[in-house]
Amino acid sequence: MIKIAIASGKGGTGKTFIATNIFNILLQNNYAAMLVDCDAEEPNALAFFKAQLTGKKEVTQQIPVINTEICNFCGKCHEYCNYNAIFILPQMKIIKVIPDLCHGCGACSVACEFEAITEEPVSLGQVTTYSLKNTDCILEARMNIGVMSPVSVIKAAIKQINNKTDVAILDAPPGTSCPFIQTVATADYVILVTEPTPFGLSDLRQSVETLKKINKPCGVIINRAGLGNNDVSNYLFQEKIPLLLEIQFKKEIAGLYSRGKLLSESDSTFAEQLLTVVKNIITSHGNSSHQR
Amino acid sequence: MEIAVISGKGGTGKSTISAAFATLNGKVILADCDVDAANLYLLFNPSHKEEVIYIGGTKAEIDYSKCTNCRLCIGYCRFDAITDADDKVVISEILCDGCVLCSRICPEKAITMVANEKSRMFSGSFSNGEIVYGRLSPGEENTGKLVNMVREKAKQLSRETGIETIIIDGPPGIGCPVISSLTGTNKAVMVTEPTISGLNDLKRIRVLVKKFKLEEYVIINKSDLNDSMSSRIKKWCKENGITVAGTLPFDREIVDALVQGKSITELYPDSTTAKKIKKIWNKIINQKR
Repeated sequence: MIKIAIASGKGGTGKTFIATNIFNILLQNNYAAMLVDCDAEEPNALAFFKAQLTGKKEVTQQIPVINTEICNFCGKCHEYCNYNAIFILPQMKIIKVIPDLCHGCGACSVACEFEAITEEPVSLGQVTTYSLKNTDCILEARMNIGVMSPVSVIKAAIKQINNKTDVAILDAPPGTSCPFIQTVATADYVILVTEPTPFGLSDLRQSVETLKKINKPCGVIINRAGLGNNDVSNYLFQEKIPLLLEIQFKKEIAGLYSRGKLLSESDSTFAEQLLTVVKNIITSHGNSSHQR
Repeated sequence: MEIAVISGKGGTGKSTISAAFATLNGKVILADCDVDAANLYLLFNPSHKEEVIYIGGTKAEIDYSKCTNCRLCIGYCRFDAITDADDKVVISEILCDGCVLCSRICPEKAITMVANEKSRMFSGSFSNGEIVYGRLSPGEENTGKLVNMVREKAKQLSRETGIETIIIDGPPGIGCPVISSLTGTNKAVMVTEPTISGLNDLKRIRVLVKKFKLEEYVIINKSDLNDSMSSRIKKWCKENGITVAGTLPFDREIVDALVQGKSITELYPDSTTAKKIKKIWNKIINQKR
């Protein structure tokens, strides 16, 4: 199996556009492909497929429950908690858990010498499985609104990828912080999608530098080519980063996308170009020793 | 007055619109709270007055001269960050959450926490006021603390300079940094685009915004890319009692201005789009609840 992450520093450059089209082309060419929507804060990949819901898994985190009848307000759990999630006023015999700040690390349970702390699961989101033509092939990570970090839900979705998959396409969240890293860290190759504007270039640089640090091979697709300037192409040339594909800006493409339609269905040239890009990646980066 | 420009979906035009708002006429304080991908400073060439180190999370590191390979820490770590590799206990920097538990329970005191000091907050002046922005070091957890730091600095500058309007250019998504960008603000401006994703994401961010009881506005950017979807978004806004502050067409001049390092209101102040943005701004600024 090869895992290919579709990422970008800047939001809205076309990650989902590329991920959904690659997935579609792979299916049409009889690959056992899976699409994993890792943009758990705002998942959208499903809008492009008429898929059947086949499974749903809650993703939970353990939150401490403090039994105030046993607790002697010694404050050790508060001291152990590195996230300030335990509020304590010993003189007034008040102790409270602030669930929004808790990361579920379990340090407070370890700290408590009186067994006053138990833990209970709270929901962070869901991983749902969808099928196309009776084959489970889409996983969606969806964080509950109000939850602070999507990382646990993303990890849970990636864990559910079927081992028999040939190619797993991970639609990554924007940015270069934790959620992005958790997604790309599991991938064998990263396709960065950018646009030829100063904002696009600035965020691309940041993504490239981050991927270099964790030794991930990457290539770039320039979306909406023709809209901005040549600075992105020049940068790729200077840094010797492969330019995988340029997609010219057309209002019709934006229109198709807005209606939840896949360009690869109506534009065979585009479909072939994208298939070639993916085939090359599979040839050069598939069967890698990377495992997680 | 703090106005937060947010969107849920990335790339709908938050920064472009924030930049345009910031260069209309009145002086403003601009707080770029997309600390994961700060971009606004690229347009404004601010004079760098101040650079502050932000220390985010810490990561566990093993001192192998002390480690006896007892593997006790592996069982305690809930983030699967500690593994056994080639007869050696290894901590993954990527997976470590910085909870400190392994360091606390290690009988040999072989694990120490190392701070990441690569994140920064910058502030300086630009042609139309002051700008504050953060730059989160890659891979760092975006907890919203750096966002809070940027906003505190913006408020401090507001008091010092007497400039009352603070424009917050928010991050995409609905997680912690977005919550930090919204807390305590007066108005939320949700920028969307007429796509299925745009509407889906708008609905999700709205559930979050509603918790804050702010004045709410929606701007439909690139509205002519799909007119029927734009109408659907307007209808949804009406049903939910949200003011549509205005719509903006897809306009190449916006991108042209960006490429030249300017906002559209600076470079083409007399263009239709610039005039529309001005009208939207006035609506947001003046409307009382």
